[in-house]
Amino acid sequence: MRGAERTQANATICPFVGDIVAGMPAETVPSTTLTPSPAASPASPASLASVPVTGWGRTAPTVARLIRPCTYEEAAAAVRACGARGGIARGLGRAYGDAAQNAGGAVLDMTGLDRIHAIDVDGGTVRCDAGVSLHRLMEVLLPLGWFVPVTPGTRYVTVGGAIGADIHGKNHHVSGSFSRHVLSLELLTADGGIRTVSRGTPLFDATTGGMGLTGVILSATVRLLPVETSLMSVDTERARDLDDLMARLTMTDDRYRYSVAWIDLLARGASTGRSVLTRGDHAPLDALPTRARRHPLEFRTRRLPAVPAHVPEGLLGRTTVGVFNALWYRKTPRSRTGELQRISSFFHPLDGVPHWNRVYGRSGFVQYQFVVGYDREEALRRIVQRISRHRCPSFLAVLKRFGEGDPGWLSFPMPGWTLALDIPAGLPGLAAFLDELDEEVAAADGRVYLAKDARLRPELLAGMYPRLAEFRELRRTLDPGGVFVSDLARRLGL
Amino acid sequence: MKDAFGTPQSLLVLGGTSDIALATARRLIARRTRTVWLAGRPSPDLDEAAAHLRGLGADVRTVAFDALAPASHETVLGKVFAEGDVDMVLLAFGVLGDQANDERDPVAAVRVAQTNYTGAVSAGLVCARALQVQGHGSLVVLSSVAGERARRANFIYGSSKAGLDAFAQGLGDALHRTGVHVMVVRPGFVRSRMTAGLPEAPLATTPEAVASAIELGLRRRSETVWVPGTLRLVMSALRHVPRPLFRRLPL
Ligand SMILES: Cc1cc2nc3c(=O)[nH]c(=O)nc-3n(C[C@H](O)[C@H](O)[C@H](O)COP(=O)(O)OP(=O)(O)OC[C@H]3O[C@@H](n4cnc5c(N)ncnc54)[C@H](O)[C@@H]3O)c2cc1C
Ligand SMILES: NC(=O)c1ccc[n+]([C@@H]2O[C@H](COP(=O)([O-])OP(=O)(O)OC[C@H]3O[C@@H](n4cnc5c(N)ncnc54)[C@H](OP(=O)(O)O)[C@@H]3O)[C@@H](O)[C@H]2O)c1
Repeated sequence: MRGAERTQANATICPFVGDIVAGMPAETVPSTTLTPSPAASPASPASLASVPVTGWGRTAPTVARLIRPCTYEEAAAAVRACGARGGIARGLGRAYGDAAQNAGGAVLDMTGLDRIHAIDVDGGTVRCDAGVSLHRLMEVLLPLGWFVPVTPGTRYVTVGGAIGADIHGKNHHVSGSFSRHVLSLELLTADGGIRTVSRGTPLFDATTGGMGLTGVILSATVRLLPVETSLMSVDTERARDLDDLMARLTMTDDRYRYSVAWIDLLARGASTGRSVLTRGDHAPLDALPTRARRHPLEFRTRRLPAVPAHVPEGLLGRTTVGVFNALWYRKTPRSRTGELQRISSFFHPLDGVPHWNRVYGRSGFVQYQFVVGYDREEALRRIVQRISRHRCPSFLAVLKRFGEGDPGWLSFPMPGWTLALDIPAGLPGLAAFLDELDEEVAAADGRVYLAKDARLRPELLAGMYPRLAEFRELRRTLDPGGVFVSDLARRLGL
Repeated sequence: MKDAFGTPQSLLVLGGTSDIALATARRLIARRTRTVWLAGRPSPDLDEAAAHLRGLGADVRTVAFDALAPASHETVLGKVFAEGDVDMVLLAFGVLGDQANDERDPVAAVRVAQTNYTGAVSAGLVCARALQVQGHGSLVVLSSVAGERARRANFIYGSSKAGLDAFAQGLGDALHRTGVHVMVVRPGFVRSRMTAGLPEAPLATTPEAVASAIELGLRRRSETVWVPGTLRLVMSALRHVPRPLFRRLPL
């Protein structure tokens, strides 16, 4: 069994030395060879009728044919049969805006491709299908002493989505974005063929952060991070205001692998920008109490009941959110060090409440995330002041320092400050207000994050992403018929 | 594509010189709309309207469209959709007619009905089909409070709007879950070219107010919009007034 699996791994993309995990559930074992034979009759993938599709923010629904390929052959057949309005890959739909929807065309739900093909437990790499979630990877890898190299604020994203948006985590200042840890990937392109794409090639850099528009990622080999325990050792402190916060982050961020600050954007006056910093690293074994050392790598999560499907509008208004934010700030001790926290509470507090996005009601919500460079603190200050003056009922706004960017042409992170906030879409005047913020960001040579976007003015895009022209050019050559297209691509002319 | 707030990037106006439609276009161009098609009967007014919107920064094209020639709708409108996605169609054409005269001139009365109702049935169906193929888009139909309950003073126009309104509601239901959103807009008295010289009714409003109600309705994905909003209450009361009394109301 072990040998057989290893042979299979060798036979496909990259040779695996090391061991292959034993006792893996049957679903993670590849059932077919990975090279599609063009002669094979296209198996008809499990396909649903036309359904409305939205992103996590639940704005701007459009209807598409949802197809859920379960093999590479089915994926290739689906791409070939996309039709005039093309297709786009979709992972777990955690992009907030319209990146993973395609009006009138096909949407390929990639979660059916969910096999973990091989784990190199010595070298610390995993090769898996693009539809595997980071949650699943954590379940499988943590007991082996490995952790995903980058995790966003939710575990419920797929490897394909992580590469497509080139996601970042709280460790960006140290570890860069997800693509930095991707050794190679398999890409299903517009011609229906499958290419192995390795680092340092234009296609790799167009695909990482390319929002699914270069093709469908089928699988990837990802380098992992070794950990001794499944707990985090966390330091918490409070910052009085924005300047205090920025000073603390600038001075001491390099001491921590993970760092993020939560800002109360409803606080005004002298408290503008008051925040709670949580920073930490994976706890070493000797940091655990004796009893816990017996099962140091156990991965435990807790989930509360889901938010009901229909929630009245306006639950999260200025008053409720203001009270929540103030309580959150006050309940945090001025400073606390070395607290042990679960991975889920440190990285993914929101995952505890399934479908939490429903609390915003029918109109949904938008997330606004931008980054401005380190020499542009003034712009950041102005924006924070404007948001606080505008009284955006935004809870869980986060500020973080980015490290060096990665080469992805449309990859979001660049060295500087990034701020992300959720706002109910029904807030009067919000559209125009966010346009004003865009102007500030663009003037400061910053950019907004496409995985969160649902409303950017297209004219601003090229300034924010200087390699946009190359991206478009590559798409024209690789995909002359425009097979891969999404609502995001149509809206912004990607 | 529409953004998170329902604002379209491309707009097709049927009735390209309509005051209400142009106020709406101006408002949307100030937000996200870049491509505008003005479909209407060729006239200097139509060209002027296009030039004006171009001055606001939109890419505007006109296309010859006559509500009274339903046989041509498929071809004329098909060409527009073939050029690219249309995020929003604003069905704005309509004629008020001249009730007193039209009661004595059935051919003229039928023209009102054919413009406002059958013309809209045909253009509405053509657009609905194209939007359905796109998998997204809003069809915004300018109905009227006059269709809510036919009045002695303008029942020819009122009945045509009643037909249009019922048609648009049914179409909206037919298109439920197809990604296409149909919004019925019921303005009261609007100070526009159509009502120039007429005595104002209570709660009279402006094309700009209708435009802003449309923008809000798009954001909320509303199915029905009254302008001004209070008309919803007024009309639900009027609907229940007994006929003998209704007849004598000075409406
Ligand atoms: C609560 C929450 C917290 C978040 N925190 C962060 C964060 O800290 N940092 C961060 O960077 N992001 C964050 N995000 C955003 C999220 O990480 C990204 O949007 C991610 O892309 C979602 O992955 P997904 O599998 O859900 O992909 P989807 O949302 O389904 O798709 C996202 C994009 O990836 C493309 N894609 C998906 N699968 C494939 C594939 N197989 N091949 C090619 N393209 C594909 C899609 O076409 C689309 O363009 C957060 C989102 C939520 C809801
Ligand atoms: N004004 C009000 O009080 C009011 C109230 C409720 C509802 N409405 C409705 O709102 C809509 C717009 O009205 P408005 O106030 O903006 O009036 P408007 O300026 O007079 O607009 C009417 C439009 O209809 C067009 N039209 C008439 N017959 C046509 C035909 N056969 N083919 C193509 N186009 C034709 C006109 O084009 P031409 O330039 O070619 O004539 C004009 O563009 C109408 O449907 C109206 O019924 C108006």
